[in-house]
This record gives sequence, structure tokens and C-alpha cells, in this order.
Amino acid sequence: MSATQVPLVSYLRLGDAPALWAHQCQACGARFFDRRVACGNCGQQEFADAKVANRGTVVSFTIVHRAAPGIPAPYASAIITTEDGTSVRSNIVNCDPTPERITLGMEVELTTYSIGTDDEGTEAVAFGYQPVEEASS
Amino acid sequence: MTTTTGKAIADDSVWVLGTHMTKFGRYPDDDAVDLGSASAIAALQDGQVTIHDMDVMAAGCLFQASGGMAQRIQKQIGQTGIPAYNVANACATGATALRTVYLTIKAGEADMGLAVGVEQMGKMGLLGGAGTKKEANIFAPSGRYGAVTGVDGYLGTEGMPGVFAQAGMQYAYENDGVGFEQFAKVAYKNHLHSTRNPLAQYTKEFSLEEIMGAPVMSYPNTLLMCCPTGDGAAAAVLVSGERLKSMSQEVQRRAVKISASVLTSDPWTESAQVQPDVNTLTRNAAVKAYELAGVGPEDLDLVELHDCFATAELIHYDNLGLCEPGGAGDFIDSGAPFRDGRTPVNVSGGLISKGHPIGATGIANVYEVTTHLRGEAGDRQIEGAKVGLAHVIGLGSACGVHILEKAS
Repeated sequence: MSATQVPLVSYLRLGDAPALWAHQCQACGARFFDRRVACGNCGQQEFADAKVANRGTVVSFTIVHRAAPGIPAPYASAIITTEDGTSVRSNIVNCDPTPERITLGMEVELTTYSIGTDDEGTEAVAFGYQPVEEASS
Repeated sequence: MTTTTGKAIADDSVWVLGTHMTKFGRYPDDDAVDLGSASAIAALQDGQVTIHDMDVMAAGCLFQASGGMAQRIQKQIGQTGIPAYNVANACATGATALRTVYLTIKAGEADMGLAVGVEQMGKMGLLGGAGTKKEANIFAPSGRYGAVTGVDGYLGTEGMPGVFAQAGMQYAYENDGVGFEQFAKVAYKNHLHSTRNPLAQYTKEFSLEEIMGAPVMSYPNTLLMCCPTGDGAAAAVLVSGERLKSMSQEVQRRAVKISASVLTSDPWTESAQVQPDVNTLTRNAAVKAYELAGVGPEDLDLVELHDCFATAELIHYDNLGLCEPGGAGDFIDSGAPFRDGRTPVNVSGGLISKGHPIGATGIANVYEVTTHLRGEAGDRQIEGAKVGLAHVIGLGSACGVHILEKAS
């Protein structure tokens, strides 16, 4: 990996095995991708970093045809429930954004891709989910 | 004891005395103050009172939330020095203004109060998406997620048609018998209903084929399954039961009782940090409202619910207990929410056709239910309506539910 890569969001950790990392409440197990003063579920204040499973299931999706200005469309947005029960929202990538190809309940896995390079040569890397059966293609 | 038609008016009850809504649509030559003032004056006249009878006022105008809308309207209709509250609560802003007046009367600080909701949106286009994404010069992490640029369109959608599409599609994942066609039927119904409502922004019937074949905004929501942006206002005058008893028989006869006024926010659920959970807080609000009113969903003669998108209406059939658990697909397929069905839903045309000037919406739905309970809804009247429910939800989230009952 290039030394000049930066993740799109801080809860994506790059490296040899990219993954999402959440702040996990040490009392009830609730996971948060942003920082919290206290847990929104139980109110306790102890958190630890927890790695989120890379594989999951599409529990909802939409195919966005009319996007906000500057965003290429169509694209597929989805809610994923990972194998360890964490909800994640991201795009379905490496798959045609059509209701014929994307189905409720399909198995997906995390992948990363470059979204561009800034004026100092730093490359921003986003994450998405791709169908599991296409992982090796 | 003073009665209307034999039933006592409880001193501590709260009633809709007067109400009004403007036609929703485009008002390029008026501003929000004009619209809100016109509706406020009309609601006062409808209740045969004036601003000088009001002990409290609350106003909601989401996109001018810092603009002191209540005071600006007072300067148009009468400055009497009463407490004025300006509220903002996303798409539940109007319901929150109404409930502010309700609570003040309940607390014994006011006998009568005025709630106004108004919005001047023009042609704002898509709401919710970040937009104007441009290549960052420097990728530097910022914000609570350490994002180096906007995430809308990379990490899923933040646009409203997509967010509510995903809410509906999750219901389709969890329940049988729900798909594109069921969602589209919701829009078919509401466009059909709108043809009877002269106050609706759009009053055109569309076939199911036209709806499903319209340009896709966010699948499964096509253009004809999304509410428009628009302008408009609605207002309501509330009165305590104690004061109502001293008023004329005609005023008492037209008064409509608020049997339940409920506001909820979203309790923690696992998925809500990535996708707003519009279900749990609606369910909580409905359960509490039914309990307070002493009625059940089977008693409702009409429901005005928050159909910002067709996918939203379908899941609220279930959230409000109008159908069997998991049965929202069967509910629409059976025709139950059509105006001649078991539980008419959005006979006004709903947000999809009537329009959704955000601040006005949570009072406009109370106007609609009140008008039916009074028997004054003209061509769209649900005959013999005695009990109705008005529901709104604002992302963030806030849910308002009001149950209204005919006086006699």
C-alpha cells in the first residue's frame, strides 16, 4: 500500500486486510462508528475498539438514479448486516446497479477502492461491498 | 352541566376550536409570513375568536427556524404580548407547534392558543443529499467520522428518496408480499384521492403503469411516488374544555376533541446509526396514543399518515397497527386504505399529492381529520367519521401522533 493513502472515513482502517472498526460499549456491546460521550443504548461510558466482520447480508437497498449534484448515478446504496450483527451503510460495488442483480438477502463482503488523489498526491480510499461469488473474479 | 349533544365536556380536555390550511403549491409572490398569517387569521375566524382571545402562540417554519416566525406573524395579525414559541423538529415541526399549545393549555397556563405551521420551499429539489461534491484539494479528515470528503454517494445515500426507499425495502426483506407493485399502489391510491381535494398541490390521477414507469428517483420510488416540495401553511386554535363549555352551541358542535397528543423521539436501535429507524418511534407513539385515547386502530374512520414517499406509507400501516403484523402488502392489495376501504388512509391525497411544505404538514393533517369529523370535507368527506388519527415523522427523529374525536 502506498504511504500516501488515507481512508474516506476514520472507521475504515486500511493495510493488508482492510476492515471497519467501531467503538464498542463495554457494558452492552452496542457499536458506534463515531465517537460517543456515553452509549446511546445503556449510557455507560467505557468503549473499546472492535473490528467489524467483513462479510454480511444485504437487508435493504435502493438504486439511486437521481443523486445530489456531482454524484455519479445510478449507484446502489445498501444496508448490510455483517456476520457479527453490525449494521453498515455503503454502496454495492463491482455489480450492476439494477434490481435484477442486487437482491435482498444477498451475501456480500467488504472491498476498497480509490476515489481520487489530492493536490499533495494523497489517495483517498473508500469501502463498499461486493457480491461474495464475485470475490475472486 | 353544559353539554354538546349529551356528552359532558371535561374541564381538562383540549379541543380544536378553529382550523385552516392554505392550498399547498407555489406562491412565488408571497413569503412565509404572508402564508402563515393568512392561515392564522382564517383559523381564528373559523373558531369565531380573535388573536386577542389567545393566551399562547407557537409557530413552526423549519427552514426559517431562527427567524422568529411566531413574532413575525403576530406583527401581521395582532401583537398582544402573549408567550410565543418558535419550534423546529424536522418534518414533525407542525405537530410540535400544535403540541406546544396543547401542553400549555394542559398545564393550566392558557385557556386558548394558536398554532401555526408554514414553509416556503419553492423548488428546492432533492432534500437530504450533500450535493456539490467536488474533488477535494486536500484530503484531510474532519467531522465526527473523520471523513476526507462528502460520503453521500460513496457510503450509500443520504438523499431522502433513497433513505425512505431503504426503509421500505427492509420491510420487504423482513415480510412476504411486499414489492415494487405494492409500493406503487400506495401512490396510485393517494393520487386518486387527491382528485377530490381542492387544497392539494397536485390533483391528477395516474395509472399504476404510469407510476411504475415514471423516472426512477431511488428504486423502488419513482418520481410519482415522492412528495413534491412546495409552499403552504396551516393553523389551529386550541381551547380548554372548561372554556369551551362557556361558548356557543354552534362553536361547541364544531369543536373536535384531541383525545391523544403524543411526541416521541427515536430510542436506540442497532441499525439506526446508519439508517434512520422510522419504525420504532412511530410504534411507540401509536401505542401510547391508542392508550391515552382509549381507542384502537380498528376504531379509526380515517388516518392521515406521513407518506413522504410511497415506501414510507406502506411501513406505517404496520407501525400504526392498521394491518396485521407483517401484513402491509396484503393491506394495500386488499384495498383497505382506499377511501372506500376498511381504514381510509390519506384521503387528502397525502404528502405525495397534497404536498409537504414541511412546517405546515403536522397541522395540515390535523386540519384534514378535523374537517372530516365536522362533516365539512365536501367531495372527499368520509361519511360518518367519528375518530381519526394524524401522524408525522421527522428524521433525526421525531414522531407526532394526534387522535381526534367528534364531539358527539
